[in-house]
Amino acid sequence: MTQFMTFRQMLRRSVYVIFMAVVLAFFAVPMLWLASAPFDSDPGLGLRWPDWTLDNWRITFDHPYALGSLVNSIILCVVATAVTTVFGTLAAYALSRVRIPGRDALLYLLLLLSSVVTGTAAMVPIFVMMFQLGLINSQYATGLVIAGGMLPAAIFILKDFIDSVPRSYEESARVFGASPTQVLLHVVLPVARPGIATILVWAFVQAWGNFLLPFLLLRDVERQPAAVLLRTLKDEGGSANLTAIPVVALYLFVSKRYGFRFHGGIKA
Amino acid sequence: MSARDTSGLGVARAVGFVSPALLLIGLFLVFPALWTIYIGLTDYSLTGVSSITPKFLGLTNFMNALDDALFGNALWLTLVFVIGSAVLGQNLLGFALAWLLRSARPSLRRLVEGFVLLSWILPSVVVAYLWTAVLDRDGGTLNSLLGNGNTAWLVEYPMACLIIFNTWRGTAFSMMLYSSALAAVPPSQLETARTVGASGWQTVRDVVFPHIRGHVLTNTLLISLWTANDFTPFLLTAGGPNHESETLPVFIYQQAIANGELGYSAAISFLLLIVNLVVALLYLLLLRRREPK
Amino acid sequence: MSPRRKLALTATVATAAMTMALAGCLGQQQESDSAKNADAKDVTLTITSNSVAGGKNDLGARWVTDWVIPEFTKAQKAKGVNVTVKYDGTGVDDADYKAKIALDFGTDIGGDIVEIDGIWLGEFAQGGQVRPLDDVVGKDKVDGWDGWGQIPDAVEALGQFEGKRYGIPVGTDGRVLFFNKKLFAQVGLPDDWQPKSWDDITAAAVSLKSLPGVTPLQLNAGTAMTEATTMQGVLPLLAGTGAEINQDGKWQGDTKNVKEVLDFYQQVYRGNLGDPLLQQEAKGRDKSFELFSQNKLGILLESDYFWRSVVDPVTGVAKMADRDTAVGWAKIPAKEPGAGVGKQDFVSMSGGSIRVVNPKTKYPQQAWELLQFMNSAEATKARLGDTAQVTQRDDVNKEVLKGDPMLSFIAEEVLPITRYRPGLADYPKVSTALQQATADVISGKSADEAATAYQAALVAAVGEDDVAGG
Repeated sequence: MTQFMTFRQMLRRSVYVIFMAVVLAFFAVPMLWLASAPFDSDPGLGLRWPDWTLDNWRITFDHPYALGSLVNSIILCVVATAVTTVFGTLAAYALSRVRIPGRDALLYLLLLLSSVVTGTAAMVPIFVMMFQLGLINSQYATGLVIAGGMLPAAIFILKDFIDSVPRSYEESARVFGASPTQVLLHVVLPVARPGIATILVWAFVQAWGNFLLPFLLLRDVERQPAAVLLRTLKDEGGSANLTAIPVVALYLFVSKRYGFRFHGGIKA
Repeated sequence: MSARDTSGLGVARAVGFVSPALLLIGLFLVFPALWTIYIGLTDYSLTGVSSITPKFLGLTNFMNALDDALFGNALWLTLVFVIGSAVLGQNLLGFALAWLLRSARPSLRRLVEGFVLLSWILPSVVVAYLWTAVLDRDGGTLNSLLGNGNTAWLVEYPMACLIIFNTWRGTAFSMMLYSSALAAVPPSQLETARTVGASGWQTVRDVVFPHIRGHVLTNTLLISLWTANDFTPFLLTAGGPNHESETLPVFIYQQAIANGELGYSAAISFLLLIVNLVVALLYLLLLRRREPK
Repeated sequence: MSPRRKLALTATVATAAMTMALAGCLGQQQESDSAKNADAKDVTLTITSNSVAGGKNDLGARWVTDWVIPEFTKAQKAKGVNVTVKYDGTGVDDADYKAKIALDFGTDIGGDIVEIDGIWLGEFAQGGQVRPLDDVVGKDKVDGWDGWGQIPDAVEALGQFEGKRYGIPVGTDGRVLFFNKKLFAQVGLPDDWQPKSWDDITAAAVSLKSLPGVTPLQLNAGTAMTEATTMQGVLPLLAGTGAEINQDGKWQGDTKNVKEVLDFYQQVYRGNLGDPLLQQEAKGRDKSFELFSQNKLGILLESDYFWRSVVDPVTGVAKMADRDTAVGWAKIPAKEPGAGVGKQDFVSMSGGSIRVVNPKTKYPQQAWELLQFMNSAEATKARLGDTAQVTQRDDVNKEVLKGDPMLSFIAEEVLPITRYRPGLADYPKVSTALQQATADVISGKSADEAATAYQAALVAAVGEDDVAGG
């Protein structure tokens, strides 16, 4: 191996560096507003050097529902994510190993239906159905509904990962007398871990940002998650009250701490 | 033809594993979805006379939609949006990042991944503000950087803005998925390719792609579906100027919420579903496994 | 048929059957008995409105939780009735709120007293979701309230549909032309500017054009601002030509009046008196407020909400520290003196919310008591706290608006000449068509083309029989 880089290698290296720099700038620059507006006493729509103040933060903490809504978001997301991941993994595993012809087509069909259900047109059926079931205003039920909407996609994604776990692993384990549950837990899951981590993060983020379902199904303001509360941060006529942006920052903070712990934890 | 049941699950247990998911899906997804499709056959609306005695219209809503110039407009814009920002934008950028970051220094990797993920988890309302700040005519970051003052990006190039915006917004998922998928590619094969002197592009094409083909299809299908249903463009351009960036979800929202015509909007949702189905079949044809299975 | 296929088929049929059955559950009607539970001693009532503490209409929300509920509970206790009043407040977009209460009305978990935008009354009434007060509470009880005498007829009309009372208005507003006195001074226009015709407005705007970096006039247009275009743009102008949007049972299509309005739009935007790009941006309305507060906009047509909540020196979203000296207001003139509706020289448009009693309430009499309570002079004053706002009651207005010249102006000079939008179910569609017409004009079409397209859209939306003109 030569000690110094050839011209080609240098070229490749600089392209790589430039690309990374551009990508980084592309993703980071729009976030600048988020860094300055919460500290600005009179935030506008454009980006400008703020008139530094901590007032906005004080208003946020004084806000009667801001912090509670973050807790609600966590409850909702934990329920939805846990249910989606567990049920999804079980189902994906079963569907992967006990081959049903037309499995992919069926999953994709369910996926399409889920796109109908998450749209605004489905709000009446969901609302009336939940009402008839007596599940209005229940945070757990709402979490289940959200999970129901996410399951097809979760299974769809997981099937690829589980399909790629070599069957030889399982066969060897079975030869050694492992029960099916043990095979699942100790052989398949560890290998499919990256996929499961992806689902965990994805499900959490989806549930976190969900506005329509909690808005329709949760009646008390105290039970509303942050996603709904953010939409209420407007004044009488609808002009956005930008001084409440710090709620967002808090949201991010919580999200980073709790959301991505999972990611870091499982992805060994 | 019996499946090779390597896990020893047996049909009974398999059914047991699938049931919880199936129960939730059946109750909270299939049932409301079918009901929504049924509503598409009526003139049901949230208020007014049609809310108490909706008339069964059969296929009238669908016929009206296909005739509606705005529907055709929305459909076309949605296709452009999906191909531009999802199939090309998110897919390519997501893969590029996943591939390049594998061998990057951990601190760089964490930095880039952090920002990319952050752009994805921010709520839509906030992201709209961020990008309005960037693209704003007067105080916008982009105009300041370019130094030329006053282009109203969102008004003059709405679709281009939306495509770039959505690429920014959603790349994280593709990146995550491909990252996980690449982790499963046997390192020995990659090593072999390197020693043989294959270029990066050749390695991707010959070694990596066969392994992740299924993932590519899954990812493309998913992000296309999600992008086609994405409502966030509304927050940036409100479908404007003059319907120039009115994708189908925005159009559906206008019909359902602004006009209260749930029957019509349900019908359009169903049409959107059909379109997605057609597109999915296209992808399938392109990426279908050649080996018999 | 294979067993699996059969199963799938049965499942589909069963689902479909259940779907049909449940679909019938939508929109059921019940008979309301106004004397129901009149003597109950343990009562639960819920108030629903689109305000939430810390967010939208924060003041209103806090008034309910901190004043109405405790005071009413105390008053009822003195009569020996145990009442629990709950507050169901959200603070979302009007459209989302409307969807939510529409769904609520279809079930029986909605609030007992619900606040709705006056403009929705027509469609909710036609859909049977709200019923006349006389039916829900009883004619004698309704007529017996002394508050009616304090509410001007025009304002009371907000809560009426087809001649019947459905609810009590919460308050109202008025639209005027706001202008920046500092910019006016720079071009030699007077502090007490009061245009008497549309030409006066354009003349002032032309003078302002000479100031660098200043947009002379903001006349809402386009579809991005939705109802704000219609209410703060088209309808006041239309009233200025002598017509209301729904006259003699028909909607104004491609009529002389509508043409005059679109011509004015063309004049303003082709003549660079307004900024067409601003109208097309998603946040255009917010931006126009920002520009005004930064002294970059000369004249703005808005409701008193602008004065109270946008440029208010302390709590405004685009505050102006010198609001009281720098912001002037003038009545909106008719096209020419005497050309306005009712042969008026000046015109305005107003809107507002009303509170209705849910026909599905379990306690109609008690709900009516609560509603009367919320609309008493004392309660109304309490709602305002130390802010000023135009309320539905004359007696309260006289007191609280004393210190605010702008709002007194609204109450005394604007309300008597104002008009309200027709609360008909088709109104939103008409409004959308009007917005589209203005959008056509600012994007380059001629007023004639826009008017023709408007006529076509209107006929498609509401049917040929209900459209005048063309």
